[in-house]
Amino acid sequence: MKAGFLPRTRFQKLLDTLHQAGYRCIAPQARDGAIVYDTLFRAEDLPRGVSDRQSPGTYRLEHTDSPRFFSWANGPQALKPFVFSPREPMWCSERTSDAIHFAEIDPAPEQLAIIGVRACDLAALRLQDRHFLEGPFPDPGYATRRGNLFLVAVHCTHPADTCFCASTGDGPRATQNFDLALHESNEGYLVQTGSDKGRALIAPLSLAPATTAQQQAADREIEEAARRQVRRLPAGNLRDVLFENLSHARWEVVAERCLSCGNCTAVCPTCFCHNEADETELDGHRSLHVRQWDSCFTQGHSYIHGMTIRADTHARYRQWLTHKLGSWHDQYGRSGCVGCGRCIAWCPVGIDITEEATALCEGGTHA
Amino acid sequence: MHNPHLPLEAEVVERIKESPTIFTLRLGFTDPVKHAAYRFAPGQFNMLYLYGVGEIPISIVSDPDDERLFDHTIRAVGRVTRGMAQLKAGDRLGVRGPFGRGWPLKRAEGRDIMVITGGLGCAPVVSVINYVIRRRDKFRRLVIMQGVKHSDDLIWRSQYAQWSKLHDTQVLVAADVGAALWPWHVGHVTELFDQVEIDSSHAMIMMCGPQGMMQVAVDQLGKRHVREDNIYLSMERSMNCAVGLCGHCQYGAKFVCRDGPVFSYSEAKPLFGMRGF
Repeated sequence: MKAGFLPRTRFQKLLDTLHQAGYRCIAPQARDGAIVYDTLFRAEDLPRGVSDRQSPGTYRLEHTDSPRFFSWANGPQALKPFVFSPREPMWCSERTSDAIHFAEIDPAPEQLAIIGVRACDLAALRLQDRHFLEGPFPDPGYATRRGNLFLVAVHCTHPADTCFCASTGDGPRATQNFDLALHESNEGYLVQTGSDKGRALIAPLSLAPATTAQQQAADREIEEAARRQVRRLPAGNLRDVLFENLSHARWEVVAERCLSCGNCTAVCPTCFCHNEADETELDGHRSLHVRQWDSCFTQGHSYIHGMTIRADTHARYRQWLTHKLGSWHDQYGRSGCVGCGRCIAWCPVGIDITEEATALCEGGTHA
Repeated sequence: MHNPHLPLEAEVVERIKESPTIFTLRLGFTDPVKHAAYRFAPGQFNMLYLYGVGEIPISIVSDPDDERLFDHTIRAVGRVTRGMAQLKAGDRLGVRGPFGRGWPLKRAEGRDIMVITGGLGCAPVVSVINYVIRRRDKFRRLVIMQGVKHSDDLIWRSQYAQWSKLHDTQVLVAADVGAALWPWHVGHVTELFDQVEIDSSHAMIMMCGPQGMMQVAVDQLGKRHVREDNIYLSMERSMNCAVGLCGHCQYGAKFVCRDGPVFSYSEAKPLFGMRGF
C-alpha cells in the first residue's frame, strides 16, 4: 500500500488519535542526557533537533537546528522494559493458621502505543516473542502486555558509530511487527501501515498520498543509513566457530577488560534472564513472589548449592557471547544479536562485541 | 492462559528423617481433584515453595503409580532447604510440577539396568531402582553402584543390603572414608567397574552425581563398549522458573529444566566437563 504523508505540524493529531483510541503514548524524550522512552502527551516534548554521538563506552546527546524529532540512534532502553518488565510481581501467597492460598496477580492490562521504535528493536521483539510466548509454557504477563501494544516504527536514518544492524540483517528499515512505520523528512512523515489496527487508526487522519519523489528520497536516506554503518558482525551462523574456539586466547584478553557489571545484558534488547524472589510483608501473613531482570554476569546466576558454575569473568563473558551469537541459533533459529550496538556504547570499558566476535571467528587480534 | 508459575497448595503428610541433614517429605495436594489428576515420570522434578522464602527444584523419588502421596528427599544445604527441614506433618507448602524429561524407562525394558550414583545425588536414581524392583519381570539384570564421601553419608543403608540379596541384582557401594563395620569398599565407586557383570552391548546406564565422577564412569563404560546413547545422566543447574524462561539452567543450547534434567550422554557430551558450562 502506498504511504500517506503527515506534515510535521500535524504530528499532534497522530498522538490525539492514539489517545482517543485508548492508548497511553510512550515516546522518546531527551532527559538526563539520554533519549528515554516515557509517557508523552504533546508533540512539542519530542526531542526536536536532538542528535547523539556514540562510541565504545560513550554516549552523548547534541543539539542541532534540525526540525526532526527522530534524528538520533537508540538510547539505552527501548521496547524490552514494556513487554518484559524489569521487575514484576508474579503471584502472591497468603498464610492463615492452617493453609496457604496462592493467587495470580493481574498484570493490569494497559494499551500502550510506543512511538519511534527502531527496526533493531522490532527484530528483538520478535525474538522475545519466541522466547516468552512460543515455547511449551507461554508467559501470561508477557502475553498480556504484548497483546496491548500498538507499535509506531520510525525507519532509522541516523545510525550511531556503534550500530551494525545492516550486518545482522535487522535494519535500518523496519520491515516487520509494526502497526505503523514512519519515515521522517525535514517536512514531515511518510506513514506506512503494517496491520489492520494501523490502517483503522490512521483512516480518520485522511492523509494525502505521498509523492513518488518523497518515497524515493526516503528510500535513499534509509539506504544511506545502512551504508554509513562502520561496524559489522562476521557473516553467517557463528555457532560452530565459537564452540570450536572455547579455549581461544581471546577469552582471556576480553576477561581482563570486562568488569562483569552486566550493563550489556541490561541494555540488550534480547537478553531474557531473570530471577525470582519472595518479598514478605512485615506482618508475615502475605508474601509477594517477584521476578526481576538478572544477568549471566552475576555470581548468583549459575549458583547451585555450594558451587558456582561460572565463578570468573572469563566463563561469564564466554557464556554470554557463545549464547548470544551461538546457541541462540539452536534455540530460536537465528542469532540473538540484532545489531543495535547498545552493549558497545554502554560498556563502561568499551568492549565491542563486533571486535570480539571478529577476533574469535576470523582470527584477528586485539587492537 | 494457564499460568505455569503459580504453585498449588500441598500438605506434608509425613516427614521422615533419613540422616542428620537429609529428610523426606511425603506430600499430597490439598485439592483432591488436583491430586487425583497429578501424574509424573521418574526423573522429573517439582518446584517446592516454602512460604515467604522461595522455590527450589527437587526430584520426585516415589513411585509414579503411588496415587496416595509423592515423596521428595531433600538435603538441608541452603536457605530454602534448611527452612523446609523444619516442616512437620500437617504443614503446608506450594508445589509446581512435574517438570522436565525423566529417565528412558520404556526404552530400558528387557535390558540390563545399571544405576550409578556419587555423593548425595542418589534421590533421582533411587526412584529408578525402586521402579525396576517393583516391575522386576520387565527388566533383566540390575546393577547398583553407589559412592559416598563418608560411610555415614549413605542413607537407606538397609535397603542397599536388601537389594544385594535379590535375584539378578548386584550392589556395589564405596565410601572414600569408611567408618568401623563398613561392609563395602573403601575408595572411589568407579574403582569397582571390574566387578560389574552386565551385557554391555544392551545395558542401559542411568547415573547422577558430581560431574567428575560421571566423567570417570563414562570413560569406564566406554572401555566396556557401552554405547553413548545407552548412557543417561541427570544434570543439575540453577533453576528459578522450571519452564525454560529464566535462563539460569542453560547448558549450551539446552534448558536443563525443560530439555532435561535427564540427557543421554551423546546429547550432553559436547560441553560435558567443560568448565563454565
